[in-house]
Amino acid sequence: MKVTVDQDKCCGAGTCVLLAPDVFDQRDEDGIVVLLDETPAAEQHDIVREVAGVCPGVAISVIE
Amino acid sequence: MNAPDGVLVVGASAAGLATAEALRRKGYLGALTVLGAEPHLPYDRPPLSKQVLAGTCQPDRAQLRRPDVLSALDATFVLGDPAVSLDSVNRTVHTSSGLALTAEAVVVATGLRPRTLPGQDGLAGVHVLRTLDDALALRKNLLSCPRMVVVGDGVLGVELRLGTAVTGLSSHEDRVTGVCLETGEVLPADVVVVAFGAAPATEWLADSGLPRDNGIVCDSRCRAADGIYAVGDVARWHHETLNALLRLENRTNATEQGIAVAGTVLGDDEPYTPVPYFWTDQFDVKIHVHGVLSPDAEVTVVDGDVADNRFVATYRHGGIVTGVLGWNMPKQARLHRQEIGNPALAGGKP
Repeated sequence: MKVTVDQDKCCGAGTCVLLAPDVFDQRDEDGIVVLLDETPAAEQHDIVREVAGVCPGVAISVIE
Repeated sequence: MNAPDGVLVVGASAAGLATAEALRRKGYLGALTVLGAEPHLPYDRPPLSKQVLAGTCQPDRAQLRRPDVLSALDATFVLGDPAVSLDSVNRTVHTSSGLALTAEAVVVATGLRPRTLPGQDGLAGVHVLRTLDDALALRKNLLSCPRMVVVGDGVLGVELRLGTAVTGLSSHEDRVTGVCLETGEVLPADVVVVAFGAAPATEWLADSGLPRDNGIVCDSRCRAADGIYAVGDVARWHHETLNALLRLENRTNATEQGIAVAGTVLGDDEPYTPVPYFWTDQFDVKIHVHGVLSPDAEVTVVDGDVADNRFVATYRHGGIVTGVLGWNMPKQARLHRQEIGNPALAGGKP
């Protein structure tokens, strides 16, 4: 799995961090998404797929 | 898994798409149809009043998914064909073009329709802002017209004039010329944006027998009748934690509720109890609201400083935090979300 984020689309909701804090964070100054791990371990795959589906800014994509 | 024989999602926007995607993620392999009133592939609405209207991004950037991702969903998209009625006993949806679509589970995600002013229909220069076509038409008109009036002071509009009611529109030869106020004054305008709210799009359910009262009334599982569910802006469901019927018109709920209902369709038996959340860009201010902010709450700034135009405030009732407001501090607001007092409301999992 490879994760990509589009910081221009991110609205700073932080939904990704609430669900997968090992994979995503937010910048302190404006809340924009920061990708911590672009190739998360297998046990994270289910939750990362859900994150991509739930992101309100449609800023997260997953390639498998 | 107790999978139904066929799922029909009525509505091809954020909530409908989230439902369809979650069904597949959760392992549903059966027939899946998504019916959409608009001709476009699923697109996102928040950018319409932001980047699309400002022209800072192309309309295709608002698409919710790339075409190849939609293809991989293995769903049948029936687009540009609004639902016109529902036979709730047989779970058959009839469409404008004459199709009759039947499924064991029907998920209604028809969203909202903007409220309009009397005499607005057919008047050039008067706009609502709900669809991609609305946004493109408004942008085109804004670029050539110098005077605009926004009617409505919610997050979509901007404050016009406090305490002044709008009584109607003035026009000349089918083109708007101004907005009439109850004082008798007319505000001249070349373009009028009507943004005083929207109503659940449930007219097509008038003969369905489904309970309708400011939305489709559902139980705590977002179920309106046997095998019929509602998600997104149109759904008014019983929030067990708040012990109230709730209807949320925001983007995050559209997705979270779609995911929850996908689980219910496949046999889960969990109440849907989200923390309400929305964000809005007002000029250079990014506002994020988690939970419930009521006007009589005790408000405390807990991070940042109002003077710096960056702060987080908590809203308390009887000492318990019920909501968090972030003002240009999205991350810090999200961190304070955990303080929302009801444990069931503070969880991160949708």
